Amino acid sequence: MTRTLPELPTDEGAHPIPGASHAPGYRPRHTLPIRVEAVRQFRRRRTLFMIGLLLALPWILVAAFKIGGDPSPDAVPTLVDVATKSALNFTAFTLFVSTGFLLVVAVALFCGDTVASEASWSSLRYLLAAPVPRARLLRVKLVVALGYSVLALVLLPLMALIAGVIAFGWGPLDLPVGASLPTGEALGRMSVVVVYGVVAQLVVMGIAFWLSTVTDAPLGAVGGAVGLVVVSNIVDAVTALGSWRDYLPTHWQFAWVDVLQTDPQWDGMIKGSAVSVAYAVVFLALAFRHFGRKDIVS
Amino acid sequence: MSLRTALGRPFAVARSRLTTRRSRVLAGVLALVVVIVAIVGVGALVRDDPAAAVPATEQRIDVAAGPGDPARIGIDTTLFLPPGVRGRAPAVLLAHGFGGSKAELRRDAEALARSGYVVLTYSARGFGGSAGQIMLDQPDYEVADARALIDWLATRPEVRLDGPGDPRVGVAGASYGGALALLTAAYDPRVDTIAPQITWHDLADALLPNAAGGGPADGVFKKMWAGLFFSSGTNPLGSLAPIDANTGCGRFAEQVCAVYREVAVGGRSTPQAIDLLRRASPASVADRIAVPTLLIQGQNDSLFPLDQADRNAAAIARNGAPVETVWTAGGHDGGRPQSAMVRDRVTGWFDRWLKPAQATPRAGTPTAAGEFRVTRSGGVDSATREQRLRIADTGHYPGLGGTRQRAVALAGPEQTVANPPGGAPTSVSGLPGLGLLAGAGSLGALASGAGDLGGIAFDLPGQSAFFQSEKFDQSTWITGSTTARVRVSGADDIVLFAKLYDVAPGGGTVLPHQLAAPIRVSGAAAGRDVEIRLPAIDHQVDSGHRLRLVLTATDLGFASPGAPASYRVALAGPLTVPSVPQLHVASTGYPWWTWGLPLIAVLVALALLLTGRRRAAAAAPDPALAEVPLQIRGLTKRYKGGKLAVDDLSFRVEAGQVLGLLGPNGAGKTTTLRMLMGLILPDGGEIRIFGRVVGPGAPVLSRLGSFVEGPGFLPHLSGRENLSLYWRATGRPHADAHFDEALEIAGLGEALDRNVRTYSQGMRQRLAIAQAMLGLPDLLVLDEPTNGLDPPQIRAMRDVLIGYAATGRTVVVSSHLLAEVEQTCTHVVVMHRGRLIASGPVGEIVGNGNTLVIGTPVPDLAIATLKDLPGVGSVEPEEGGVLVQLAGAQASVLVAELVGAGVAVDRVTARRRLEDAFLTLIGES
Repeated sequence: MTRTLPELPTDEGAHPIPGASHAPGYRPRHTLPIRVEAVRQFRRRRTLFMIGLLLALPWILVAAFKIGGDPSPDAVPTLVDVATKSALNFTAFTLFVSTGFLLVVAVALFCGDTVASEASWSSLRYLLAAPVPRARLLRVKLVVALGYSVLALVLLPLMALIAGVIAFGWGPLDLPVGASLPTGEALGRMSVVVVYGVVAQLVVMGIAFWLSTVTDAPLGAVGGAVGLVVVSNIVDAVTALGSWRDYLPTHWQFAWVDVLQTDPQWDGMIKGSAVSVAYAVVFLALAFRHFGRKDIVS
Repeated sequence: MSLRTALGRPFAVARSRLTTRRSRVLAGVLALVVVIVAIVGVGALVRDDPAAAVPATEQRIDVAAGPGDPARIGIDTTLFLPPGVRGRAPAVLLAHGFGGSKAELRRDAEALARSGYVVLTYSARGFGGSAGQIMLDQPDYEVADARALIDWLATRPEVRLDGPGDPRVGVAGASYGGALALLTAAYDPRVDTIAPQITWHDLADALLPNAAGGGPADGVFKKMWAGLFFSSGTNPLGSLAPIDANTGCGRFAEQVCAVYREVAVGGRSTPQAIDLLRRASPASVADRIAVPTLLIQGQNDSLFPLDQADRNAAAIARNGAPVETVWTAGGHDGGRPQSAMVRDRVTGWFDRWLKPAQATPRAGTPTAAGEFRVTRSGGVDSATREQRLRIADTGHYPGLGGTRQRAVALAGPEQTVANPPGGAPTSVSGLPGLGLLAGAGSLGALASGAGDLGGIAFDLPGQSAFFQSEKFDQSTWITGSTTARVRVSGADDIVLFAKLYDVAPGGGTVLPHQLAAPIRVSGAAAGRDVEIRLPAIDHQVDSGHRLRLVLTATDLGFASPGAPASYRVALAGPLTVPSVPQLHVASTGYPWWTWGLPLIAVLVALALLLTGRRRAAAAAPDPALAEVPLQIRGLTKRYKGGKLAVDDLSFRVEAGQVLGLLGPNGAGKTTTLRMLMGLILPDGGEIRIFGRVVGPGAPVLSRLGSFVEGPGFLPHLSGRENLSLYWRATGRPHADAHFDEALEIAGLGEALDRNVRTYSQGMRQRLAIAQAMLGLPDLLVLDEPTNGLDPPQIRAMRDVLIGYAATGRTVVVSSHLLAEVEQTCTHVVVMHRGRLIASGPVGEIVGNGNTLVIGTPVPDLAIATLKDLPGVGSVEPEEGGVLVQLAGAQASVLVAELVGAGVAVDRVTARRRLEDAFLTLIGES
């Protein structure tokens, strides 16, 4: 600390305004701009690592196929059998292997970490005392976390497409059952897949975001959300539950595969969107309710 | 405070906080798991509702052992009564499939009983617990048994009667039981309606088919299925051990057994065989089946293909009775039996024909066959990894010729087909009976998914002729039997197997439902044109696909001639492909929850948000306090567990003051400051900053700069970025921040551009204080600002704070160190256990020199000297000296007086009440 005092201004025009309801220039709706929050989050190692991993994964898979050779068809045709037929096939395969866990972790990370990490750094209380209104803070954080999640869900197929073009060439999408879709139609179907991927992950987003407001341990929120997805998957494996499984948060997460057939099916995706959105809405409401009333003691 | 407790405190707090955070997450996760488990539990309960238990009684009913035979045999039966139904109810007789017993019917029976029927299940003679020998649904044996059971039903008080000895009764069953239903309807006029499933019209034709016409006398023996059929009647239930040809008749009657052996060995039909099988067939009494009939046949059925149901439907319609036809995705070859759908349809059928008060009048003039439903595959459901099924329907069953025919030209030269010696190796169309071999039980109850494994079809080159169509320019549904015209020549007795493949552009082939049509052509040495009725299917040929007709000399499932031969096969015309464009997949719509769930969720969310809103801080600003930086009144905060952290605290801070909030650890200082920042909500009282009530996010907080309980920075950013981003987060103009002054106070030098994670505790502390001073807030609140600073820094900090207040702004500093407050603050508030102990100007509180402690070895003399002096209030003895209250006198005068009086004075000190009190408090805590 310096030995000499800085000259503090004493009688600026604005200071002190008797009875002013707020500092000059302060407007609640201008606090924590989305750009600022995006910058605050982007420079984090965890964000960069996750984005890097998603960008690297297609290349890892390309290397795996180059080393291991083309997959040989099994008795039951699957996406892996045709993974190396074209860039589009490779993209579909990459999505297929990432949907169950990697993308869940990515979304849980972006959405579960966002509030809890501020709490763990103690920076949350200074933001709130700035003051950033609580609902606004959550809204901005939600938008930014969602933005990064969508980025993850779009970057992966995009990079897979690029890697696929370089490694396996451009061509129509071969379906496991033998038919194939022309590239134009296949690209349209792939965009549907990506959009549904985002909608299906809303449930993970909702759970993670809610946990993030409940705990001050960022990994607790991320792990909790991932853990619930795992539990849901396990329960989903109990086929004896019959139609009760329809209401599990992860039951429909692979429903996008339904468009990768000659006769695309929408039922699964519509039901899956309904379930995912319903869970997400409730969990987000819980998050806002909880955070609005919570005593911040971090 | 000792160093240990000073260090221990933040740790202890951190630890306890961590545990509560963690346990709360844990609780949340657990709660979710509980919800999921609850869903599971409710699901299990709903699925097996114990409330609707169906009363059932077992009994043996004696029937005649044979026509004109006085001996009687016992039939093992179970009677299920509709729960909760008083009075008489219609009855249903349920018969099982070949190789099974009444046990497999329990679920169906209970479902029907719950729908209000008296249900009688039984094991057919020769099966299960029933005595007797298998006669293959012969009218005088199995059918007579069923009639005897209807007699018995007529005697039951629970069963509704249409007349004396004539119960209102329906008969249902699959396969063996289905044929029994048809035959019983023909032989017993008391039967009101039937619902036979996956069964035969003509057993001889089913086991000895000939798709070129000519009947079973010229049929090709379906050896694989016949063998399976026979063996499941010769062995104990569930085992399919090899049959000993010499002794193995098992529970078959001798005459049935002998006929089978003859056919199986010869590979050709015999008149006796045809006669026996015909008598066991609805075909023999086709003109007598005149009751409403629901025919359910499987598309995956190489044993009793769809044409068997087609002929039943035609016969019954001719007799003028209502008939509906359903093609399921199941069948004897497996696939999806759609048990739930079948159960619903059968129940619905019985409800329609058995429940009305009046019995249906007997049928009269021929009618058209009624409704037709086909289960179609609708792509794969990714959630279940199963084919999704859709049901297409139309009002009238059109028969296997369809309602529209289309000629599809084939191309291909005349080809030579060799029949290998001994009929091996064979081509394959499917693996018949795979479901049975997989241990599914009887021929009527089939495992789902078994058909998926049978998807193998190949034709040996040299033994097969291939003819292919052009690509289809649009996708086309084939519904029914396609017919092909070919010319065969080269031998007197030609056996060929015709298959129709769907060929994808990439070359992949699909044999729909794994079906082949066998033909036997006699007297064709010089060549004969034959019309082949290919297997009935419901299949979509996509655009760009082709049809391929294959004729091959052998098939795994059939007996073909053993003598080597060579045939010539040529096209004699186009394919005639039937379709039923009227078939329409009714949109089943989505379950209610597809729209309901999000709607409910939105309502729940609204309820959560509306009930969760805190009462807005509606208190109006107090103009009288507009220039008072801080006023706290009656502030109370009770933590969970009931401990009062802050108890009725009131004080006021005026502009320009440096207020010290003094108190030992746990006094509630930090809690007070947190409430001041709007982080936690008070349970009572209020805080006003410049007259405005403070709450979460109150705009007046923008006039407050704070540093409470340590710094909070983003460790991955530099100090400069942290301050810059923090300021941008406030949304206020950059110029208002006064970064230069703040950075000067932080005094971090080059470290400012390093990541905060590399900072020492003191550096973070200084950065945090700089952050609190950004924007030069009118009220600056610092919690233990000198913790972690070294003495020169503490001194500089003190100057900063005093200088800050000198600008007319206000500073609140909390501390547990009296000395620090004394040196920095103008005013002080002392707290202990959440309560206000004292407040006022520091001089006043800390001690103003009005009380002197005079150390002397002779206190009595000192008291005597001083008590009458002017300006002395009181003199009291104290340990090691006396305590003097001054009332105007100067200390120097007192000392002079004492010395003058010969009193030895060791020391004179000002008494500091506050310190005494404070030390006492710390001692207590």
